[in-house]
Amino acid sequence: MIRVTVNGVAYEREVEPRLLLADFLRHDLGLTGTHVGCEQGVCGACTVILNGDSARSCLCFAVQADGGEIETVEGLGDVDNLNPLQQAFQEHHALQCGFCTPGMLMTGVDLLRKYPLATDAQIREGLSGNLCRCTGYEHVVQAIRSVVRARNGS
Amino acid sequence: MKPPAFEYLAATSLAQAAAALADGGAKVIAGGQSLVPMLNFRLLAPSLLVDITRIPGLDFIAEDGGGGLRIGALTRHHTLETSDLVRQRFPVLNAAMPHVAHLAIRNRGTIGGSLCHGDPAAELPGLMLLLNAQLKTTRRTIAAAAFFENALSTVLADDEILTEIQLPPLPPRTGWGFEEFARRSGDFALAAVGATVSLSGVEVAEARIVVIGAHDTPLRLSAAEALLTSRSSIDMAAAAARDGVSPNGDLHGSADYRRHLVGVLTRRALNAAWQRADAL
Repeated sequence: MIRVTVNGVAYEREVEPRLLLADFLRHDLGLTGTHVGCEQGVCGACTVILNGDSARSCLCFAVQADGGEIETVEGLGDVDNLNPLQQAFQEHHALQCGFCTPGMLMTGVDLLRKYPLATDAQIREGLSGNLCRCTGYEHVVQAIRSVVRARNGS
Repeated sequence: MKPPAFEYLAATSLAQAAAALADGGAKVIAGGQSLVPMLNFRLLAPSLLVDITRIPGLDFIAEDGGGGLRIGALTRHHTLETSDLVRQRFPVLNAAMPHVAHLAIRNRGTIGGSLCHGDPAAELPGLMLLLNAQLKTTRRTIAAAAFFENALSTVLADDEILTEIQLPPLPPRTGWGFEEFARRSGDFALAAVGATVSLSGVEVAEARIVVIGAHDTPLRLSAAEALLTSRSSIDMAAAAARDGVSPNGDLHGSADYRRHLVGVLTRRALNAAWQRADAL
């Protein structure tokens, strides 16, 4: 039996030890916003925030997250009420097919919370663990940059 | 790609973990950033995973007499990367950390996990060799030079757990260099070289060169180290480093290419180390 809080909601579930956190979120909790791409930690699509830090949910077992606090893309906002980073993604065309977007957003949220992101190089380094196969990265960097600017009032 | 079934124990003490590991089919899991991919690929099928991350007292960075550091095995990569103590005392370690995978991996992965995994292309095992680290386990203290046996294999017994990494102080006037070449940011190194140069007056008191990604284990190149007697001997030491490794070729780079890289990276690392030592 594990207990986790996901986007502020407490859950208690019986899980098999080998159940990956990504599959737990998707199949057991129905939170399919977290996408599963490579299942080997390379693509970043499954990135969530676990106890305050971005983490690959394909490289973590649900049992390891017991007692933990998880944030997924569902916790950011919804269609009628996008959070500032989601809004910026829309304005800067930072997604095309959208498969990588949840991971990009959660990585972006972690970066925005922790770092000044004074240069684009820092944004790019932070995003280097998230692969996109359609739009490329330029617009994602621009979207994050615009949130940094708004935050700094410039 | 789903892992095979296993039992799971969230150990609360080292004794409990060691007892569970005594049954041969068990494996330790800490951050899991190397182990879980291997499980997902089904390269491993342990009967039991012993999670040691809930054992208290293994996540710390503490000063050790006279400029050294003690680092708990459960210290996460991101903590090492952002630690002021690490930056002040072992700047080469600080400089190498951003090369370790990506942010989200560094948020979870631990130094002890990386060392016990023993990937010869990973940065931390090589850095431990470079820094003459002593690795403290539940049974003994092992010099980093004697810890790595082969690719993905260490001298640890099944029920032995790495608990602490001890980094002895560097000699006075020590400069450092770390150079890595990877195909993409965060990939494993095609080759990486770490070097330190310690000067005494204008003489070289000590030089250390470690090569990552060019052998079954990280490698100290003592023959090349011995050649470094003056700044003008850097090219000679770099050539010796190049000739002193026999890397495997693969689709990312031929053996010759990697050997060439080792020479170039050694020259750059030694130059940087010399410059830094000279400025002290």
